[in-house]
Amino acid sequence: MATVADDEPEFQTPPAVGRRKIFRHRISTRLWHWVNVIAFFMMVMSGLMIFNAHPRLYWGKYGANFDHAWLEISSHDQKGFLRIGSKTFETTGVLGISGKQGVQSRPTAFPGWATIPSNYNLADGRLWHLFFAWVLAIGLIAYLLVSIWNRHLQDEVAPTREELKPGHLWQDIKDHARLHFPTGEAASRYNILQKLSYGAVLLVLLPLMVLTGLCMSPGADPWLPWLVDILGGRQSARSIHFITMWVLLGFFLVHIAMVILAGPINEIGSMITGRYAIKPERSPSAETDDAGQP
Amino acid sequence: MPDSPDDPFRRRLMGGLGAGGASLLLGGCDRLNASPTFRSILSLGESANYGAQRALGRKALAMEFSARDVSPFFRPNGTTMPSGAEYRKHLATNFANWRLRVDGLVQRPLDLSLNALRSLPQRTQITRHDCVEGWSAIGQWTGPQLSHLLRAAALRDGARYIVFYCADEIGGRPYYESIDLDDAFHPQTILAHRLNGKPLPVMNGAPVRLRVERQLGYKHAKFVMRIEARSRLDDLFGGQGGMWEDSTGYQWYAGT
Repeated sequence: MATVADDEPEFQTPPAVGRRKIFRHRISTRLWHWVNVIAFFMMVMSGLMIFNAHPRLYWGKYGANFDHAWLEISSHDQKGFLRIGSKTFETTGVLGISGKQGVQSRPTAFPGWATIPSNYNLADGRLWHLFFAWVLAIGLIAYLLVSIWNRHLQDEVAPTREELKPGHLWQDIKDHARLHFPTGEAASRYNILQKLSYGAVLLVLLPLMVLTGLCMSPGADPWLPWLVDILGGRQSARSIHFITMWVLLGFFLVHIAMVILAGPINEIGSMITGRYAIKPERSPSAETDDAGQP
Repeated sequence: MPDSPDDPFRRRLMGGLGAGGASLLLGGCDRLNASPTFRSILSLGESANYGAQRALGRKALAMEFSARDVSPFFRPNGTTMPSGAEYRKHLATNFANWRLRVDGLVQRPLDLSLNALRSLPQRTQITRHDCVEGWSAIGQWTGPQLSHLLRAAALRDGARYIVFYCADEIGGRPYYESIDLDDAFHPQTILAHRLNGKPLPVMNGAPVRLRVERQLGYKHAKFVMRIEARSRLDDLFGGQGGMWEDSTGYQWYAGT
């Protein structure tokens, strides 16, 4: 699979003229990206099935029906609800009760369209979850190792001191809010918000998913007891697993929005071929230019 | 095609693709879920877990807790009162005539009364019970180590699994469970007859339940009547090594 391009740095410095294609994503990045697209969604949907088996979350070492749950999805009198702390939201049709009423043997926390399989089956949810967990974890470890080896992490994901200055950060936030995406030289590398979000996914959120998942395993706790303790106990680990999943889903939604706004054909194409088209430097007269316009 | 963000055609197209993709994905997953070939690929996850857990912590001890960590109420699950006449008779006589049979691939089959089990060296441990559904309860368990019984019975060559036959039925299926010899001889694997310092309540598996602390709750057979050493599991009941494994497809190795 290796091509000559793979040995090149991920971001070449191109000559600053006209619209041109640069080599942007290594094969390792592209492969990992698409493996994760599949693994992540299989994990989320089978995970929601597993959650449906006991749709209550606790803090601490233990937690069962007679203990206090900080989050609960359930139904009462044919009305679905989500309770977080002392706040209760009616969610009939989506959470608690959904889909084919009367056909399903029990009201379900997350609806069938969000779970694998779509009908309640804890064993099958676990079958999927515990297979794709390996895909996700091996992919993550391999990508981290490769990205340290080829300096992707150090050179392209790690923010520079300059980029972390509040002024620069604020400027980048304003640019994103106005949908002014980088052009020219600046578009040839990740901007600071990209670096921070990709870094968080790669180094914090995905590792946290794997580790909190491991801490829920009664077979892993015997050789990882210190990690269970750091996370505050098995039920805390389960809660953190759930919350982190939503943060990752949030990342996914923003990521998709950005891809669409910045030009989905160029963006998705570059994640397939590795080649990315960048626009010439924005001239003052082109300030109103649409973001992502090639 | 124009590649601008506010092109309504493209927005509709992306929306349509998204919705279509979602329903395709879901229907596809349900079809894959029904495919025996695909399921056998997915079950590689279970094999990998079994291998990894044995490689990383074959002899590791489950976490133990202090008395202040104990759940205020230890939630029972599954059968809370076996319906069989024989069990009811034992319950009525406070298990005075109850005997635990240990047989199969052993040199000396055993018949042990509850008093005999109580007079063996005891282990008391405060451990966490993790249900496959996701909840956990912490309790203090007391009973003899299973390894002690198995050494007394002396396993014969070829014994690879220990099977537990229970007094209860779920959906007409007799409850049974099985574990490998690593877990059977693990120091925390005990036959518990006390919970939180009191005789084991019926709802939690009286007179004796298995504690196999490094696996999920359904492996912890309650109302144990007979223990058998076997060379294989595929010729027993549904062949999957346990009632839930046979009926619902729960993983036989439940250390994840």
